[in-house]
Amino acid sequence: MTQPNPKTARSLAEALQKACSDLVSEIVEFRGECSLTILDKSKVHEVCQVARDTLHFDMLTDVSSVDHYGDDPRFEVVYELYGMEHHAYLRLKVRVEEESCELPSVTSLWRTADWHEREIYDMMGIRFSGHPDLRRILMWEGYPYFPLRKDFPLEGKPTDLPETAFTDRAPLEGGPFVTTAGKQNVSQREPRAKAFEPED
Amino acid sequence: MTSSQTEVGYNTKIEGDVIVTKVDAVLNWFRKNSLWPMPMGLACCAIELMAAGSSRFDIARFGAEVMRFSPRQSDLMIVAGTVTYKMALAVRRIYDQMAEPKWVIAMGACASTGGMYRSYAVLQGVDRIIPVNVYVAGCPPRPEALLDALMKLQNNVVSKQPLFQGGILNNHKRPQPDAMAGQRVS
Ligand code: SF4
Repeated sequence: MTQPNPKTARSLAEALQKACSDLVSEIVEFRGECSLTILDKSKVHEVCQVARDTLHFDMLTDVSSVDHYGDDPRFEVVYELYGMEHHAYLRLKVRVEEESCELPSVTSLWRTADWHEREIYDMMGIRFSGHPDLRRILMWEGYPYFPLRKDFPLEGKPTDLPETAFTDRAPLEGGPFVTTAGKQNVSQREPRAKAFEPED
Repeated sequence: MTSSQTEVGYNTKIEGDVIVTKVDAVLNWFRKNSLWPMPMGLACCAIELMAAGSSRFDIARFGAEVMRFSPRQSDLMIVAGTVTYKMALAVRRIYDQMAEPKWVIAMGACASTGGMYRSYAVLQGVDRIIPVNVYVAGCPPRPEALLDALMKLQNNVVSKQPLFQGGILNNHKRPQPDAMAGQRVS
């Protein structure tokens, strides 16, 4: 198998930037991986169409979402593209504000986006316009929260949907892996384990 | 008989081919040696449950090898694995469909307490929705531990279970459906 080629990745990223110069940011290269930010979230579909059709990124390996709690815009969605012919990767990022919380779907370009977008909707609450079947995928229909958001407590919240499912708070007892949303840096926000505090 | 203890026993020389016992005792003895498990395999613990059922550990030695995938044919639910909230009411429904008398083994940390999943998605112990007779520690418990739990349950079946009183041992209180919304049943 041919290894991913950083040179190809770079030149393809440059080609995409040239083709959509007013839609994407500068290329950020880190360890041979190129990332571009799509500046206008309503143009996600257009940029992805160019990447797929003219630059042959025919495979969408992943779509993920990030919650930059406390920042504006709050959310970020990351598309990982790959080309079966040129074996190069490309990462596209787009920021989404909390108010609208909606992005154009790319399911018409890559069918694999279907479940990825459903998962993002389920866990993060970002909606995808044009998605053929935007339902929750892990939690059940009717569950009222989006559990991967940073302001959702790890222990969960009590809910009750008769005949379907209920949830309750898990007893965390202030134990390890408790996150505090909105703190400045990661080590404050997500300490490996809370410091042990003797009782007296 | 002159001994101070009244012996319920059997002496072929005196009594011939007759056994004196109580109906309770004999029915429980039947039950004990032919528990039909409902394998509620929900996560990694189910692998150990399969090991307990196959040749090396051979749960058939204890009469519990007839794993039934229909709740109506089984009387021992072995909850092996992580019970998520999404699955919880399905587990409860399957338990409700099992005919009395019936028993439950919570196999492993997850089924007993939620295990390492202190999380919004996981039921913190299957005893919040169904009564549990024996808890097995471990993550996962070895098949021997499950066999030990089965033997403990068998001892309970013969010694404690009165006839026609449901399958619940030790006067264990059954949770009512309205107590199911996440409350621990004492
Ligand atoms: S107790 Fe351990 S082995 Fe068993 S289901 Fe839970 S995580 Fe898996």
